[in-house]
Amino acid sequence: MNLTLKIWRQKDSSSKGQMVDYKVTEISEHMSFLEMMDVLNEQLVAKGEDPVAFDHDCREGICGMCSMYINGEAHGPDRGITTCQLHMRMFKEGDIITIEPFRAAAFPVIKDLVVDRTAFERIQQAGGYISVNTSGNTQDANSIPISKHAADEAMDAATCIGCGACVATCKNSSAMLFVGAKVSQYALLPQGQVEAADRVKNMVAQMDLEGFGNCTNTGACEIECPKGISLDNIARMNRELMKANI
Amino acid sequence: MSGFFKSSIGRKVAMALSAFFLMFFLIIHLAVNITSLFSENLFNELSHFMGTNPLVQFALQPVLLFGVIFHFVMGFILELKNKKANGVSYARNNGAANSTWISRNMIYSGLVILAFLVLHFADFWVHEINVKYVNVQPEDPTRYYHELVEKFVPIWRVVAYVVSFVLLGLHLAHGFTSAFQSMGSTAGRKKALQNIGKAYSIIIPLGFIIIAIFHHLNH
Repeated sequence: MNLTLKIWRQKDSSSKGQMVDYKVTEISEHMSFLEMMDVLNEQLVAKGEDPVAFDHDCREGICGMCSMYINGEAHGPDRGITTCQLHMRMFKEGDIITIEPFRAAAFPVIKDLVVDRTAFERIQQAGGYISVNTSGNTQDANSIPISKHAADEAMDAATCIGCGACVATCKNSSAMLFVGAKVSQYALLPQGQVEAADRVKNMVAQMDLEGFGNCTNTGACEIECPKGISLDNIARMNRELMKANI
Repeated sequence: MSGFFKSSIGRKVAMALSAFFLMFFLIIHLAVNITSLFSENLFNELSHFMGTNPLVQFALQPVLLFGVIFHFVMGFILELKNKKANGVSYARNNGAANSTWISRNMIYSGLVILAFLVLHFADFWVHEINVKYVNVQPEDPTRYYHELVEKFVPIWRVVAYVVSFVLLGLHLAHGFTSAFQSMGSTAGRKKALQNIGKAYSIIIPLGFIIIAIFHHLNH
């Protein structure tokens, strides 16, 4: 199929960006969206132009690197997928596709469609872990009984790949779905209880420091999340923070 | 604890607590006003009690006023903070793909309700203060019903009330469950809260709309 792409081009973080139109031809419906971008970049390189910079790594929907706001939605119009899992069969001949970087003050653009998501890493460093003695006499994790329900919920929360689609989608650029998931994956397990109060306090403090907005419960994030992380994780984080402060 | 209310989640909790208080107040307000549909005497008695009881006047009324102002001011503060967190706007943003219009535009339904409150305060509360404390008039426990009916004679006011209450209904349709979510409501209660919220956001505004139209047609 032949497509028109409207892509955000920005030379570097300090330059002013703009939307630029490109034509791509002979795109197979079996291609992934990133492969379509590869075709565009091959064309640009052949013409001696600067290729479009975009994040990608595993191309299997696991790493959370590929971003892009496609036709007004994070990771495009399909559900429960990352951009690398978005296929061109979702589009049709002659479509005009708008491609923008994830937008949030806390996710500044580095170049074109690449944004700096290290704010998430700093939030993780503030408390998204458990301190375990790994000197050789570590207790086997399986020796602690955990209910099936709690284990399932913790695993569901832990599937968050930290891609930032929740922030990009949220009208307030709130990171609460991400932080809620990271708080929940430990809050549900006995191993996470020791540092629970400090964890939620420090992670929320770091989230606020990074300049993310306030959640207004629109629920847009859970719809666009490639891993289907539920809003219940935000409610759990709220409970955890209230508990930590009482 | 003071640090908690300075955090993003603390502000959400504060918003939810003020919302709970205001939602409780709406039930009381409707319960009193609905009596005007069938008993002039009962409405006058209840209004006189509300207007003269010292606990209501000097404890609950200031708390209510604070609750209203707090909810609006905090709403504006959060809106401004959220705008700041946004950065550059999208050239194309398909909000309807993942959320309801009202959940994304609570500030606008809130502004309509604020405009309504200005009219409502001018209609009833400023008048009440004037009668009681400024141009003091003799106590008349039967004045309330006639004041209410008289207000709904002009059609423009009835239309303003109906429009405002429709917007209040939409505000509550998102706000009710949102407040519980902010307070950390558990997943098991989600369905029940959604149903109660739906019923609440229809019944309360509809009750007030019926009162306005009823008195307009029966004056």
